[in-house]
Amino acid sequence: MSRPSSRIARRFAALKEQGRGALIPYLQACDPDYDTSLALLRAMPGAGADLIEIGVPFSDPSADGPIIQAAARRGLKGGSTVAKVLEMVGRFREGDSDTPIVLMGYLNPIGAYGPERFCADAARAGVDGLIIVDLPPEEADLLEGPAAAKGLDIVRLVAPTTTDARLPVVFDHASGFVYYVSITGVTGTRTASSDELAAALPRLRAATDLPVAIGFGIRTPDQAAAAVRVADAAVVASALLATLEDTLDEDGRATADTLPRVLAQLGDLSHAVRAARG
Amino acid sequence: MQETQPDGTPAGDAPARPNSLRSGPDARGRFGIFGGRFVAETLMPLVLELDQAYAEAKADPAFRRELDYYLKDYVGRPSPLWFAHRLTQELGGAKIYMKREELNHTGSHKLNNVMGQILLARRMGRTRIVAETGAGQHGVATATVCALFGMKCVIYMGATDVERQKPNVFRMRLLGAEVVPVTSGAGTLKDAMNEAMRDWVTNVRDTYFLVGTVAGPHPYPEMVRDFQSVIGEETRQQMHAAEGRLPDIIVAAIGGGSNAMGIFHPFLDDASVRLIGVEAAGRGLDSGETAASILRGRPGVLHGNRTYLLQDADGQIDEAHSISAGLDYPGIGPEHSWLHEIGRAEYVGATDDEALAAFQLCTRTEGIIPALECSHALAHVARIAPTLDPETLIVLNVSGRGDKDIFTVAAHLGVTL
Ligand SMILES: Cc1ncc(COP(=O)(O)O)c(C=O)c1O
Repeated sequence: MSRPSSRIARRFAALKEQGRGALIPYLQACDPDYDTSLALLRAMPGAGADLIEIGVPFSDPSADGPIIQAAARRGLKGGSTVAKVLEMVGRFREGDSDTPIVLMGYLNPIGAYGPERFCADAARAGVDGLIIVDLPPEEADLLEGPAAAKGLDIVRLVAPTTTDARLPVVFDHASGFVYYVSITGVTGTRTASSDELAAALPRLRAATDLPVAIGFGIRTPDQAAAAVRVADAAVVASALLATLEDTLDEDGRATADTLPRVLAQLGDLSHAVRAARG
Repeated sequence: MQETQPDGTPAGDAPARPNSLRSGPDARGRFGIFGGRFVAETLMPLVLELDQAYAEAKADPAFRRELDYYLKDYVGRPSPLWFAHRLTQELGGAKIYMKREELNHTGSHKLNNVMGQILLARRMGRTRIVAETGAGQHGVATATVCALFGMKCVIYMGATDVERQKPNVFRMRLLGAEVVPVTSGAGTLKDAMNEAMRDWVTNVRDTYFLVGTVAGPHPYPEMVRDFQSVIGEETRQQMHAAEGRLPDIIVAAIGGGSNAMGIFHPFLDDASVRLIGVEAAGRGLDSGETAASILRGRPGVLHGNRTYLLQDADGQIDEAHSISAGLDYPGIGPEHSWLHEIGRAEYVGATDDEALAAFQLCTRTEGIIPALECSHALAHVARIAPTLDPETLIVLNVSGRGDKDIFTVAAHLGVTL
């Protein structure tokens, strides 16, 4: 169901031709403020991001671990709203029309904005896909229509607990890529072993032709490389947010170190991902 | 327990009539537009498994027999329906009955639900229980049954609540539970709920999430309601025995809504019975510091279900405020949201101060120290009873006893203990 015309599909097709996997870094909007996070967003493709996930801060991130929880709090304190996130994507698009942007978040802020209006404004701003953590396939009709009408991919999450019998339900209406939550747990805690990943992927491949990204628990360049050896993309979130948090001053403000250190780490991850299948 | 309605038709366990308001939720777990299963994919297979396990248990007479045994000999049911003579006199109007849920083992209605769910968890082969708690009553009830059955128990409790409900924290630890203070957010029930969900998603294989109210993803709202409906079923029979008819008004406090749902549900199809849920108005309904999800919230999605929530324009969930830790939650069970929208139940507010006054009124006139939660319901009864004639029958659900609250009340009265 991947629309050949979509930015996400084009990016994965191009990477496939180059014979390498994708690196998908994550940042939380307005963490710790709008300008810093826009600057980080703009610099990510140059540092090796193939696609970018932007977290939409929510007051109650019940599937996230302490690092993303803290980033969400900083984002909200930094003035994030759904409208601000879309504005940020629009500004990013002024200088980059190729790097796919996927928004990741929880349903309620989108519900409050209005699903139809949200999809229209997101598509206009240049968003390519949505990952809504608390919107399982059983409830997704709420957003599927408006998203499809505006050409937004809905990225489905698959977990180790997802049974084989359930995979067709999950992949029905999936588009863009599939996000494999590689551990049972919240973000930024445990890391799946290469054996666990190697065991998990064949059953996903058998059930979908979409590219598969692995996320939750990928922190190091080695882990990112291991992920793209079996899958099509590696998502790195908490490790980058932890670095960002580490560069903030006592009042939680960005410092001169913030961008360079996060981008340097991103560069290391990118090298590993590019060399992984070499 | 069989019973006959005034018109001769059986009630209680009778199958819901067509067009019954008692037939919800639908197959998707919805009450109208409310409810559903808004959880992460990792949890979805578990929620579906729970749905099936509960449906099987519900249809199994052996499960019912086992639950009835524990309800009678361990919980101490049935709880009495007490005619509150002096309170009735003092207020000078409607005749007030109290459904004495505070007399249950562990001191509140919470054990009705917990007893049902722990038996289900055992049927499902789970060995580790996690739960969220606000006032600590649900945590104490959960820790109690874990002690009874020798199961591992982890209770998440907001750090603020740990502070204001110290006796219950100690009680839980005595019972062998691990109490984990949650410091995210304002450190109240909503944060404890988030943390319990995080634990569940991390320990899916052996862990059962024992939800304490009629909220969360389907089937929790239905299941908790079913387990709490024993309150309303007994009330129906007892009122019939005492007065030979249905009550006119039933009043209950609303945190997540389980004690209210439990006493309302068996009466949903009796149009003559007014059902009134009392939300915590905190420092006043328009103070911005309330826990009145229906009166001051709008529909949204949190903790697995669509329901009325206190939230800002951007859909960020607001912190609730109530003097009562058990009502301090920015949401409400989805079935209440539906009953509100269809107009079958009424929802009103009572402030911190009104609850404090009612707490003292009950203590002085009836010799019953009520929990601050149900003191909110009593505050509303005190407001309406004087305006009603003596033929009017009101039932107040006394959901818990107030021993746990004496420190909070003393502090508000300026007394140092
Ligand atoms: C005594 C008592 N009543 C009421 C409540 C509120 O919960 P619910 O609305 O689910 O009955 C609590 C919650 O802790 C409680 O302890």
